[in-house]
Amino acid sequence: MAKPRPLSPHLQVYQPQLTSVMSIMHRASGAVLATGSFMLVVWLTALAAGDDVFGFVTAALHHPIGQLVLFGYSLALVYHGLNGVRHLSWDLRIGLEIRQVYLSGYLVLGLTFTVTAALWLLV
Amino acid sequence: MAEFRLPKNSRMTDGMVHKAPVGSKNVKTFKIYRWSPDDDAQPRIDAFDIDLDDCGPMVLDALIKIKNETDSSLTFRRSCREGICGSCSMNIDGTNTLACLKSIKDVKGDVNIYPLPHMPVVKDLVPDLSNAYRQLTSIEPWLKADNSAPEGEERRQSPDEREKLDGLWECVLCFSCSTACPSYWWNSDDYLGPAVLLQAYRWISDSRDDRKRERLDALDDSFSLYRCHTIMNCAKTCPKGLNPGKAIAGIKSEMGQR
Repeated sequence: MAKPRPLSPHLQVYQPQLTSVMSIMHRASGAVLATGSFMLVVWLTALAAGDDVFGFVTAALHHPIGQLVLFGYSLALVYHGLNGVRHLSWDLRIGLEIRQVYLSGYLVLGLTFTVTAALWLLV
Repeated sequence: MAEFRLPKNSRMTDGMVHKAPVGSKNVKTFKIYRWSPDDDAQPRIDAFDIDLDDCGPMVLDALIKIKNETDSSLTFRRSCREGICGSCSMNIDGTNTLACLKSIKDVKGDVNIYPLPHMPVVKDLVPDLSNAYRQLTSIEPWLKADNSAPEGEERRQSPDEREKLDGLWECVLCFSCSTACPSYWWNSDDYLGPAVLLQAYRWISDSRDDRKRERLDALDDSFSLYRCHTIMNCAKTCPKGLNPGKAIAGIKSEMGQR
C-alpha cells in the first residue's frame, strides 16, 4: 500500500500579507476586547463594593503594569473599531479592489497609532 | 480547531544540493520541495544552482531546465507556458502564482518553491486537487435555462449583461487563491473557497441562467460561503489579476437582498 500523502506546508512558507496579518489582528483585538469587558465589570463591581475595594482596583490600574494593560486595551479598541468600519464598507461592496484594500489598510494602521496616542496624551 | 503545525509525516528536511556547472557566472539557487510516494523518506528541500545566463526568464523555464539537465524525477504540472491553462500553479517566493508567469528576476535571493499550500501532495510540486474539483462540481458550473435557445439562434445578452461576467470568466482554475486563503486551509472540507465561489458567482450573474435562486439556496449555510472573512489573500495572489473576494462579497450581497 502506498504511504499516506503529506500535507504541503502552509503557515510555515506563506509570506505574511498585509491582508492576512490585519485580518488576524482584527480577530486578536476582538478577543482582547472581550477579555477587557470583564475588566470593566471588575472595575464597576469594585465601585459597588465600596471605598476600600475601589481604591485597591484604582491603584492597581495606576500601577505601571495596570497602565500597560489599559494601553493594550485602548490600542485593541481603536484598531478593532477602525478596522470594523473597513469591514462594514466591504460588506457594502465598497473598497474591495486590492489597491483600495492596501490603501485603507495603511490608513487604519496609521490612524490606530495616531488616535491611541492622542487618547493617552490628551485624556 | 485549526491545526497550525504540519503533521509528523509532512515535516521537511534538508535535501540534496546540486551545484551549477563550473564557470557559471550568473548563479541563482532554487530550493524545491520534494516528496515521492515510492520510498519512506520525509519531504525534503533540494537546492539546485542554476546558471541564469543559460536559462529562460520564467520560474517554469528553470524547472524545465532542472528536469531536462539535472534531475529528471522532478515532478510538476505544466502545459501552455503562457498563463492560460492554469496547470503550473505553485507557491513561489512565499505566495501562490503560475510558474510560467513568475519572472525569476522578480525574486530576491533564493527561489523557494513549494506545492500549493495545505494540500495533500501526490509527488513533489503536484498537489491532489480532487477535493477542489469535487467542490467545483457541487456548484453545477453550467448554464441552466428553463427554455431552449430560439430556433437557429444563440441566447442573446445585452452588452451590459455581458459586462457583468468580466473578471469572472477569465479564471483558469489554478486554485492559487483558494490555497492562499487561511480560512480554506482550516475549513476546506466545508468551505468552498474563493476559486469555486468565483465560479458560483459567474453563473449567479449570468442573465441567461434561470436558476439563480436555487444556486443561492445551495450556498445558504454557515460554511459554504460564510467562512469567507474578507481576508483578501485571494485577490492579492491571483496570477490573472482577478478578485474572488469581491465576487464573494457580491454573493453575500445577493443573499442579503432576497
